[in-house]
Amino acid sequence: MELKAKAKLIRRLTIETIGSLGVGHIGGSLSIVDVLVVLYYKHMNIDPSNPKMPGRDRLIISKGHSGPALYAVLADKGYFDKSWLLTLNRPHTFLPSHCDMNRTPGVDMTTGSLGQGFSCAVGIAKASKIVKDHAKIYTIIGDGESQEGQIWEAAMFAGNAKLNNLIAFTDNNHAQIDGLTTDINCVEPLEKKWKAFGWNVIDVSNGNDPDQIDEAVIKAKTSRSKPTMILLNTIKGKGVSFIENAGYANHNMPLSKDQVDQALKELE
Amino acid sequence: MYETLEMRQVFANELDKAMAKNKRICLIDADLSKANGRASLAAKYPKRAFNVGVAEANMVSIAAGMSSYGMIPFVASFTPFATRRVCDQIAISCLYAQQNVKIIGSDPGLTAEYNGGTHMSVEDIGVIRSIPNIVIFEPVDNTQLVKAIPQILKYYGTMYIRLFRKVPTPVFSDDYRFDMFKADVIESGKDVTIIATGIMVAAALEANKILQSEGISAEIINAHTIKPLDTSTILASVKKTRVVVTCENHNIIGGLASAVAETLVANDPVPLEAIGIQDRFGQVGKLNFLLPEYEMTPIDIIKAVKKALLRKH
Repeated sequence: MELKAKAKLIRRLTIETIGSLGVGHIGGSLSIVDVLVVLYYKHMNIDPSNPKMPGRDRLIISKGHSGPALYAVLADKGYFDKSWLLTLNRPHTFLPSHCDMNRTPGVDMTTGSLGQGFSCAVGIAKASKIVKDHAKIYTIIGDGESQEGQIWEAAMFAGNAKLNNLIAFTDNNHAQIDGLTTDINCVEPLEKKWKAFGWNVIDVSNGNDPDQIDEAVIKAKTSRSKPTMILLNTIKGKGVSFIENAGYANHNMPLSKDQVDQALKELE
Repeated sequence: MYETLEMRQVFANELDKAMAKNKRICLIDADLSKANGRASLAAKYPKRAFNVGVAEANMVSIAAGMSSYGMIPFVASFTPFATRRVCDQIAISCLYAQQNVKIIGSDPGLTAEYNGGTHMSVEDIGVIRSIPNIVIFEPVDNTQLVKAIPQILKYYGTMYIRLFRKVPTPVFSDDYRFDMFKADVIESGKDVTIIATGIMVAAALEANKILQSEGISAEIINAHTIKPLDTSTILASVKKTRVVVTCENHNIIGGLASAVAETLVANDPVPLEAIGIQDRFGQVGKLNFLLPEYEMTPIDIIKAVKKALLRKH
């Protein structure tokens, strides 16, 4: 299946997952579907039947609230049965709203307190260098998350440590819980900031286009001495009109049964 | 055999030996490697021992990431910056994520001396004790520290090691054996139970000499592991003595006194007097000024014992 069709399928599963509960972090989940698809269906060296395979490539979603999109991918890859998706946030679920490596097969780091997952990814990239297993370490941060000081502590260290095995993405969807990032505490200019911290920076003008993301990842993998930040210009809630139109309110929004049906229709 | 060595040097030496044997052990510093005698480790193990600069939050989460890769990372700073500054990173990156990070905090409580109130952790144990599953260990002297290292390495889980930096008063002899999760009964007695940690163990033993001369029989317990507290040793002692004095180089709120009180109230309520920092911030000064100022000398312990004995039911 080509990547765009796969992205549509993952969006459907994400809607069904959050729809089963009736509320969730829909906006920031839908905005990263395309990068997840490019990584999991094209680039990552992983084995769903052996989630803890040594030397595997890893993905740390530092914006841990996007768990539902990752769960949709992991279920589709066969890490666990798709029926698990309907247990999101139910008592004793293996799929909590924020990523938890000890609960969900295939999740590489526990995240949810913003900023920390990115540092963890830097530590993982450092460990991979120490054991020389040549793994690629991928991580996704949010633009709102980039207001956390810890992001820049980790950015400075990774640049100085020349962690060229680290490929990061900013899900630059321009929105955070309280409003637009430009209105709350503007994080731009991101490209200049990351360059100044010693990173390769690749700007992807349509961060919801798998082909553009794929091209950026191919380029990032050739970096010889620097970590790479791929800036994804994305739309929060991408793929479903009424969710996109909700704007920043789609960060965590209710989803009625009718809305689920409408969303699935749009994603046919 | 370690009487003239500073605790920081003993720790660096032992870590060096361990790193030579076990390639999974890493050390991350945050610009205090020289102040703690660990700079030579970075030269010897350039990949595994490194410095992240003045960025403690990053240090702790990097360690958690490395732990998830099968490494055994030690992170180190002064006690306040290894705990209260990075409380969320310890809680989420380390404990909630079930990682194996060893946190070294040096210069606890008043022992920060000339670094003063900003660097005096009166609250470090209190801040992190309520994080589920964390282990808090405070070695008394160099002998105990050396014998703790293999246990620290063997234990899988995040642990906070509260380390005095200078030359500690020797308490244990070379034949000392201990289990990290069992408190030591250093002296047995029948009139009062004195439970101490860290530098206050030597102070309690000093106080005990005078108590003995006055005919008061104190049982001295070294609660080197404040969490999980060895409640059975404490309760067995209290069953005999019916009264407790706690001695800690920490605020009496949130630390050893609180941990012991929680145990007593739930199991065998007896009077408790607490020696420690009485809910005040620290200030600059040498220990010979600070300990009397904060009423934490052997004389203060004796006074507390006498007050406690009067409260005995």
